[in-house]
Amino acid sequence: MVIVGAGECGLRAGLALREEGYVGPVTLIGEERHLPYERPPLSKDILTDEQLLPPRIVRPTEALEAAGITLLLSSKAVSIDRAARRAMLGDGRALSYDKLLLATGARPRRLPQLDRLGERVLYLRGYDDAVALRGYLDRRSRLAVIGGGFIGLEAAAAARQRGAAVAVIEAQPRVLMRAVPAEIAEVVTARHAAAGVDLICGDGFAEIADTGNGLGISLTSGRRLEADAVLVGVGAVPETALAERSALAIDNGIAVDETLATSDPHIFAAGDCCSFPSPVYDGRRIRLEAWRNAQDQGALAAKNMLGAGLPIESAPWFWSDQFELTLQVAGIAEGATNVVRRDVAENAFILFHLAPDGRLLAASGIGPGGAVGRDVRIAEMLIMRRAIPDPRQLASPELRLKSLLAG
Amino acid sequence: MANWIAACAADDIDEEDVIRFDHGGRTFAIYRSPDDTFHATDGLCTHEKVHLADGLVMDDIIECPKHNGRFNYKTGEARGAPVCVNLKIYPVRREGDTILIELD
Repeated sequence: MVIVGAGECGLRAGLALREEGYVGPVTLIGEERHLPYERPPLSKDILTDEQLLPPRIVRPTEALEAAGITLLLSSKAVSIDRAARRAMLGDGRALSYDKLLLATGARPRRLPQLDRLGERVLYLRGYDDAVALRGYLDRRSRLAVIGGGFIGLEAAAAARQRGAAVAVIEAQPRVLMRAVPAEIAEVVTARHAAAGVDLICGDGFAEIADTGNGLGISLTSGRRLEADAVLVGVGAVPETALAERSALAIDNGIAVDETLATSDPHIFAAGDCCSFPSPVYDGRRIRLEAWRNAQDQGALAAKNMLGAGLPIESAPWFWSDQFELTLQVAGIAEGATNVVRRDVAENAFILFHLAPDGRLLAASGIGPGGAVGRDVRIAEMLIMRRAIPDPRQLASPELRLKSLLAG
Repeated sequence: MANWIAACAADDIDEEDVIRFDHGGRTFAIYRSPDDTFHATDGLCTHEKVHLADGLVMDDIIECPKHNGRFNYKTGEARGAPVCVNLKIYPVRREGDTILIELD
């Protein structure tokens, strides 16, 4: 078994192969030099902590050795000979496989017009990116963030916590336009404003120039900003290059079926890099960039590489931490026509998104710490069951949401 | 030496639920199982230090509200990603309506 991509998805797949009893060779190929680590802290603790923390390793070397997983770091799979079932590495080696898993993840969408500005233009995906960003987070630093999405806002929050001056430039009329409803974006916006983040929405950069000791940013509105560095957070694109070269079907990511098999039955794909038919949303093809999805699909891919033939079952779920706030979303709200609000604690609420037939499609919550986690989790289970909950009960804080699971 | 501390009343916890209990600068989670037994663990998840009392209890499992890390709250055993470090558990006994936990 060969796994391309040593992020949490690829590693989870490797560990799951062993948990399922597979005793043959397992090789995990990673482009980075680090052991598999957790990415969520890269836009959180790794930035906010006074000390530079090491990558948060998922499993130490000894655990990987004990599991009999061969880890090839700083290695790249450059092509796949599908007929011979061999993966070719950049150093000329060839690895034979019975089944291959592509867990290649996603990479930040780049703004090539900024490449000429060199090291002052930053992206955030890997540990080394986070270390580079840390160079612009102290009290004397001025950071401009392009894009008011999760990466940009988490980095902006971290930068303010470290004392840097921060501006966020978002082209849409508000932040998190695609990800969360306006009511939740308002809470996020207010929190950033209170912390002194300069949130500039409905505007974009016209030009960014090197001023010798920094960057001069001209916005389309005519406003001008100065910054020591620009962090670009304008979304991610699935890493499909290897799959494309191997002539696998691509459709907003590596296209897989409900068992995560690609158009080649010996090759599977999982995590951020693949698009799949969502069982919860009537087979609609979706792609997720989310931590739990990467792990769930890694584990499922392992079982199916061993012939289990199991379908994807989970619903989308993700979170974001900004300052003391945690935001969580379960499901996909698209198509919802009715929104019901539930106040779960002080400054913590959940919005339930209901379809015209009353079916619960999604839940989005925000609040301090773990305030919304339990009810968003219950909502996720209701979404999986295609439940049609009573909107009055959803809105009633006196009613334990868990009681709806019994029905 | 046994150090039993009164943590709460039995009725403070719904069946198949959890509450927070703070004592001596430490924080704990006290559980009532579906079969009406009481249990105690450290309060914070071993993954990212989030309080488990905000989590969801399902049968013998407590699920962290932050990242859905799962533990068996009766044994402390970590039950799958992202948690891999077990949760410390504490002996519990019931005296009438009072729930006591034994601290070390």
